[in-house]
Amino acid sequence: MSLMQEMNQRALELGVPLSLHLDVTYRCNERCIHCYLDHDDHGELTTEEIKGVLEQAAEAGTFFLTLSGGEVFMRRDFFEILGHARRLMFNVRIKTNGVMIGKEEARRMRELGVEHVQISVYSHRPEVHDRITKLPGSLKRTIEAIRFIKSQGLKVTVANVLMRGNSEDHAGVQALAKELGASYTLDPTITPKIDGDDSIVALRIPGSELHSVFRTEALVGNVEEFCALPPPVGEDVMEAYPCSAGHTAIYVSPYGDVTPCVQFPLPSGNVRREKLMDIWRYSPELNEVRSIHARDLPVCSTCSHVGTCTRCPGLAYMEGSMRGPSTADCEKSFQRTGIASANMLRKERIQSTGPLVQIQAWRPSESSGQEIPRVAAQLL
Amino acid sequence: MGFDSMSEKYISRSTAIAARMLGGELMVMSSTDSTFFTLNEVATAIWQAADGRTPLSEIVSRVVCEEFEVEPSVAHSDAEQFVAELSQHGILMVSDHPNTDPSVQEPA
Repeated sequence: MSLMQEMNQRALELGVPLSLHLDVTYRCNERCIHCYLDHDDHGELTTEEIKGVLEQAAEAGTFFLTLSGGEVFMRRDFFEILGHARRLMFNVRIKTNGVMIGKEEARRMRELGVEHVQISVYSHRPEVHDRITKLPGSLKRTIEAIRFIKSQGLKVTVANVLMRGNSEDHAGVQALAKELGASYTLDPTITPKIDGDDSIVALRIPGSELHSVFRTEALVGNVEEFCALPPPVGEDVMEAYPCSAGHTAIYVSPYGDVTPCVQFPLPSGNVRREKLMDIWRYSPELNEVRSIHARDLPVCSTCSHVGTCTRCPGLAYMEGSMRGPSTADCEKSFQRTGIASANMLRKERIQSTGPLVQIQAWRPSESSGQEIPRVAAQLL
Repeated sequence: MGFDSMSEKYISRSTAIAARMLGGELMVMSSTDSTFFTLNEVATAIWQAADGRTPLSEIVSRVVCEEFEVEPSVAHSDAEQFVAELSQHGILMVSDHPNTDPSVQEPA
């Protein structure tokens, strides 16, 4: 167990929210076709309210702070927020599109001791990147921002979300990241919109392309290891928690809404009405999330992938149940190993046996005398 | 580097770090190279006393030897190693002169 894992385990035992993801705004200067947010301002937390949340989190023991959006630099008070966070000694990571970062912004981030900056790049080709962001010239400005930040000696990760329309460009983005001296991370997950609209899920790359991505050594490292069959499931696996959301990590929206994670929009409280730590400790929703072990998942606990699946409880929640499967992760497990998930097999059975209630018309000419139509109900 | 050479040193906490107490230990991470440390109670006490104005020798005698009842030779040697390690990662700053800046960082 690494030192970091030990600290995570200790935070879990002590009930400390070790990580806070704070979206300071949902406003953005880009209009990415796959974005899950509503970019209008519905009453963002004020500077003082955000400072108050940060003070509460520091007191609660939060160490890792991710400042994200929307686009964080859309807030004119962003550096005031950042400065306050650093005075409170958080480890600060920023997620941005970089478009508003020039030399001066990069210098101030370095001076304030930002640990890491993650910047979204969709393609190395301007026509593809700018078509996704719907902001002409955005790739050029994003690349310039990365250069400014790197020139200050800060660490940068290029985050490459894969979707229909840029799925062939990951090698180009990876090469660009290398040229810029940045790390590279790939994410093939498109999540439904925060209001429940799942139309953008259609942008997810098809399974065949996911299969190919998972067999690209430059992306996954040791392909044989990455695509290995799931190992036998032990009791420790069934006792495990799905992820850190609600256990050692928490999310606060620009409106003060608290949820287990940005990708897990389970309303659990609002910092305008309650103290962050009261929500963390006493919210029935967060306590329900914490009560769920792998053994409590009706479908996933019967799945051979249960110990190795990347199942996101937030995506499962958005599909209908936080104890249910996440179809996107079932697909990933399948494309990785070639073994269908319990959820996929269940769906196949349902499709092959037809609808829950079947009605068949009986025609007298086909039989010998019975004249009453037959209704067959089949429970699956 | 022997203790004699370190005893006239003044240590202060870098501003390019993150720090937080967790279960009686202090977590510290350098934002420059992302190295992560946890400091036990004694190391945390030295850390908190690192105001850039108090000589390291005094910190060791007053904070470590008195509060934790440690033999001076052991305390000095361990403190020296601790300071060398953290200063290598830019987490502690070591100077031959006391810091006269009144805005020196307060303990985490």
